[in-house]
Amino acid sequence: MDKMVNVYLFGKRYQVPESLTIMKAMEYAGYQLIRGCGCRNGFCGACATIYRIHGQQELKTCLACQTKVEEGMYVATLPFFPLVKQVYDIEKIKPTEQIMMQLYPEIYSCIGCNACTKSCTQGLNVMQYIAYAQRGEYEKCAEESFDCVMCGVCSARCPAGISHPQVGVLARRLTGKYIAPESKHLLDRVAEIEHGDYKALIEALMQKPLSELKELYNNRDIEK
Amino acid sequence: MYEYTKEQLDSLKKVEETRAARLGQDLKRMTADEKDAVLKAFHPDYIETAYEELKVGPNKGEKVLHELANLLQGRSRVLDMKIDLNKIDYDVDVLIIGGGGAGASAAIEADKAGAKAMIVTKLRLGDANTAMAEGGIQAADKPNDSPAIHYLDALGGGHFANKPELLYKLVTDAPIAIKWLNDLGVMFDKEPDGTMITTHGGGTSRKRMHACKDYSGSEIMRVLRDEVYNRGITVVDFTSAIELIKDTDGKVAGAVLMNMETKEILIARAKTVVIATGGAGRLHYQGFPTSNHYGATADGLILAYRAGAKLLYPETLQYHPTGAACPTQIYGALVTEKVRSLGAQLVNKDGVAFVNPLETRDVTASAIIRECKQNKKGISTTDGEGVWLDTPMIDLRGGEGTIEKRIPAMLRMFGKYGIDIRKEPILVYPTLHYQNGGIDITSDGMSGLENLFVAGEAVGGIHGKNRLMGNSLLDIIVFGRNAGKNAAAKAKEVKVKKLTLGFVKEYDKELKAAGINAKELSPRLLPDYRRKNN
Repeated sequence: MDKMVNVYLFGKRYQVPESLTIMKAMEYAGYQLIRGCGCRNGFCGACATIYRIHGQQELKTCLACQTKVEEGMYVATLPFFPLVKQVYDIEKIKPTEQIMMQLYPEIYSCIGCNACTKSCTQGLNVMQYIAYAQRGEYEKCAEESFDCVMCGVCSARCPAGISHPQVGVLARRLTGKYIAPESKHLLDRVAEIEHGDYKALIEALMQKPLSELKELYNNRDIEK
Repeated sequence: MYEYTKEQLDSLKKVEETRAARLGQDLKRMTADEKDAVLKAFHPDYIETAYEELKVGPNKGEKVLHELANLLQGRSRVLDMKIDLNKIDYDVDVLIIGGGGAGASAAIEADKAGAKAMIVTKLRLGDANTAMAEGGIQAADKPNDSPAIHYLDALGGGHFANKPELLYKLVTDAPIAIKWLNDLGVMFDKEPDGTMITTHGGGTSRKRMHACKDYSGSEIMRVLRDEVYNRGITVVDFTSAIELIKDTDGKVAGAVLMNMETKEILIARAKTVVIATGGAGRLHYQGFPTSNHYGATADGLILAYRAGAKLLYPETLQYHPTGAACPTQIYGALVTEKVRSLGAQLVNKDGVAFVNPLETRDVTASAIIRECKQNKKGISTTDGEGVWLDTPMIDLRGGEGTIEKRIPAMLRMFGKYGIDIRKEPILVYPTLHYQNGGIDITSDGMSGLENLFVAGEAVGGIHGKNRLMGNSLLDIIVFGRNAGKNAAAKAKEVKVKKLTLGFVKEYDKELKAAGINAKELSPRLLPDYRRKNN
């Protein structure tokens, strides 16, 4: 039997096995989750959570599905945070310095407190990627922010009102669409397909009897 | 931090001792006969006692897993409610049920076609299996590859049961889908000259797996979600569809919605409906853990079936060979197939590699189960047992830094528990991953019911009886877009008559006539993980 620990869910004490994550501890305690629970694997960012350990001052942040309970843990989930998301037309904008100025001017109000980085549930250097965005270095911003799950904790801690995850997604889309090199082989293949080049080949396959298809499949050449 | 047991430590030593010798030799792939034998003896799809015959509905007489049968033949929530179909809360052209990659793609295309589209999702937009897909997306866009080779790979992998017209669409639209995503700003892994970095997946004969590190699905979902919001498409979140609505001509014409928090009932009328509700891992078929997101409860299949749509291959599930077997906190979580693509072998208790790591998923999963259950060469864990996935081989083969660069999410996932996958192998066991079958559609994306379209994991037939890695992210884009376009086009000519839920009562009568006194409310909507003695 697992050792039990005391956790305080929204201030109320429950005893739960110490091997559980915060999310599973809530269910163990009897919560049927509706909000604050998505992929349960650390990818969707639905379960942003704030906690403090008894006897300590610091408010820490995490994803509830990825973090084990601890003795004396006070937990408050943050299943929604009113992030600002600016609307734009990806076909019309360009990766210029001005675009961040137009859409997310508040990034220039960053006071360098680093609360965003300290709070990041993915351990990203958030302040650094905002700095890259300020300078219009979108490729660097995109790389630095790539593992962001958009849980919103950074923005919840930001005194300047920056929507960091939205800045990151804009920088990545600009990079993916405009800055990264074009894939010529992809464009060539799309042109061939639109020209109908493979139609006859596949239709011929579709006509073949099962035995012949099996033969072809079992003896197909496999790239090393 | 995770602490190994003595048995695990002893076995770990053997894995390290044999690693250098194993580096130079990968096992041969199995012959067709060997594959058949391991599948029949060990794949969960072949366990007859797990199945039962459906007594009513379009697939009457066919067998499905007990857990699905209970829901397909369950009790509709609307039977116990007083519902006023004259009070319309939402009136749209295209109603999209489900907020994953397929739903978002459908919404973007429907919007582009000028239709008034609306997404309804029981969680948030993007809380979906799409966001969790790590490995990549297939497309035959390299000079040594062609859509015809992709077709043959997927057909063989699917045991030749794929619906040809759907597979044709999947492979020929694949490069177009990659271009569409790239044009929306998805950041694919590329060489400095723009060449896509592509790898093998289980069952591929060409390296055609495109990736965005090991956040492929997450990156795609972030971009699609952003685009849905940029277009101002209405998204109604934390709201489930609990029943379809038809009109008096018997055509699908909307859905009964329920606010997940307040339980308020809302009526959506639509000219066409797209079901994009995803898979069923959270039904935990045969007691398996799952890699799926919280809402994967097969809702779309239940709604469509009750309304009269036929299912195709609902009996075939995909058990991903490598779910995390320990530590217990991540039991069942997906360990991407890319780990094997990059060169990690599957190794037993004695340090012996027992299967080529690039067999198709069903064959690999069966081989792992055989190694544990028959050969007794598994390693015990808190939740069961597992075999080693020898991750340190990746950096040995690809050079130092390969793991950090190509599978950062895996490094992070295990790093949280003090396991450095660059230095230590990890324990894995098959996990319930994908619903191969689903609602039967034609290549225009429409089900057997007029004006009901389907896209994504809820569709059956694209992948036959077993899907290849990287063909799911592909299908949600190809068939999501397809459904969105065609649903929008169809909506232009639809005149919705008076709404009715009469078919729900009819179905209930059929259940009673078949001797089924359904009690379980369906669809399930969410699993219940509360402690049972609470």
